[in-house]
Amino acid sequence: MGNGDKPARRVYLDNMATTPVLPEVQEAMLPYFRQIYGNPQSIHSWGDEAREALENARSQVAALIGSDAEEIIFTSSGTEANNLALKGLALGQMAKGKHIIVSAIEHFSVLHAARTLEKGGFEITEIPVDKYGIVDPDEVARNIRKETVLVSIMHANGEVGTIEPIAEIAKKVKEAGVLFHTDAVASAGSILVDVNKLGVDALSLAGNEFYGPKGSGALWVRKRVRLIPLMDGGVQEGGRRPGTENVPAIVGLGKAAEMAAKNMAARSSKLIKLRDKLINSLPVAVEHVVVTGHPTERLPQHASFCIRFIEGEGMLLWLDREGIAVSSGSACTSKALKASHVLIAMGLSHEIAQGSLLFGLGVDHTEDDVDYVLQKLPPIIDRLRQMSPLYAKYMKEKR
Amino acid sequence: MPAYSDKVMDHFMNPRNVGEIKDADGVGEVGNPVCGDMMTFYIKVKDNRLEDVKFQTFGCGAAVAVSSMTSEMAKGKTLEEAVKITPALVAKELEGLPKNKYHCSNLGAQALQEAIRDYAKKKGIKIEGLKEKGGEDEEGEECEVS
Repeated sequence: MGNGDKPARRVYLDNMATTPVLPEVQEAMLPYFRQIYGNPQSIHSWGDEAREALENARSQVAALIGSDAEEIIFTSSGTEANNLALKGLALGQMAKGKHIIVSAIEHFSVLHAARTLEKGGFEITEIPVDKYGIVDPDEVARNIRKETVLVSIMHANGEVGTIEPIAEIAKKVKEAGVLFHTDAVASAGSILVDVNKLGVDALSLAGNEFYGPKGSGALWVRKRVRLIPLMDGGVQEGGRRPGTENVPAIVGLGKAAEMAAKNMAARSSKLIKLRDKLINSLPVAVEHVVVTGHPTERLPQHASFCIRFIEGEGMLLWLDREGIAVSSGSACTSKALKASHVLIAMGLSHEIAQGSLLFGLGVDHTEDDVDYVLQKLPPIIDRLRQMSPLYAKYMKEKR
Repeated sequence: MPAYSDKVMDHFMNPRNVGEIKDADGVGEVGNPVCGDMMTFYIKVKDNRLEDVKFQTFGCGAAVAVSSMTSEMAKGKTLEEAVKITPALVAKELEGLPKNKYHCSNLGAQALQEAIRDYAKKKGIKIEGLKEKGGEDEEGEECEVS
């Protein structure tokens, strides 16, 4: 672990933060910067070519989630899709009532959008989760009232990888006649997402979570569901998302969706093998490691832990020196200096949440990459524990 | 990753004076895990000087670097000189800290002061420049973020 030495390997294990763009995706995008640059709304042939690309991408994204192409609204990100869903659907149903249900572990683009609606007179109920991060469908049903107009529960959580029982929840929400949105940003492109099998009314996804470009996202909204746009402008995306379409990004999103659908089974079985190796080996290699998230209902590319007695940022700094990129939900790694709301909602103490580490495996990873982590991480943990007052205290009490 | 100076990275990767002094003359503990950082300082005093200073830290890169720098600055100083070590001085010696990590620099100086206060109390002596009570009011405070 020398200072400044070039690491032996570079392993990017932060694919829940963002993925690289696949070569095929980049190839697909390139012509749309210089050759095919028309505005899709123009009525000349330049416009036609761009519009054709846009509609092709729409079909590709629709195929990934089993929807009709015309129900797809392209956005600039998963965050925009979630904002459009929460605010657009809530405002669209306001005449019926002003109560919204979300889970405690939603992404901030959902939680903070809900908070904004709260300032505008909506009431928000946050459903707790169990120690694995699972939302209880009955708990959702119990909280539905006459005034409830929207339920938004994520399909999978990006921090702990837990996959929620969305079909079950959606069934109960539907029985109550309430709209149901799911944030599938962490899951779409990685596991099977079918809007009809899930039984939802709206679904968000983001291209950069499955090897598409940053700045690409989509909201799917079932036909005839009223949605108020966030922005006023022209007729793009049926007036639901005005503004000149980001054609290269949308083309990239479409290509990434096509490849994800085609390669999902192969990617998934490979990733699960690597994931399970990491999840099974780390707690054996190092004492006092807590696996966070669900033992089986977990995203294929996702492994997450809390390493006791130490803090995440220190591990991230050392791992970066070794050429390994990961994330942490520790207070110190967040700009706001707050521990991950997800880990706290799952009942972990602040002290344990401080040791959070999150690995997002990628489609190009091999077992050697996992072995490299398993070789480099334990001495880092040991080193940080040697200077930890909490570890010293624990060892003393043990004696 | 926060933008840490080379000095901070050096003290984080190669912290000076890590450990515990078993027969310490004074011990100071500050911080809480909610804010993310906890520090324990141990001092050994001889002829009114800090003959040895050691620390244990649970926290981020900045917290470790601050502890290390504080211990280095304190070692060999008289008690009167050591209590003059302020968070600003520690941060300056580290060539600055990212804004949201300033609170870590408070902890280093506080932990050292606590250890000296502990020593003064045990010996029943007064040390010029040492505040009667300080630091403990920080405990219940929200983690400062600027």
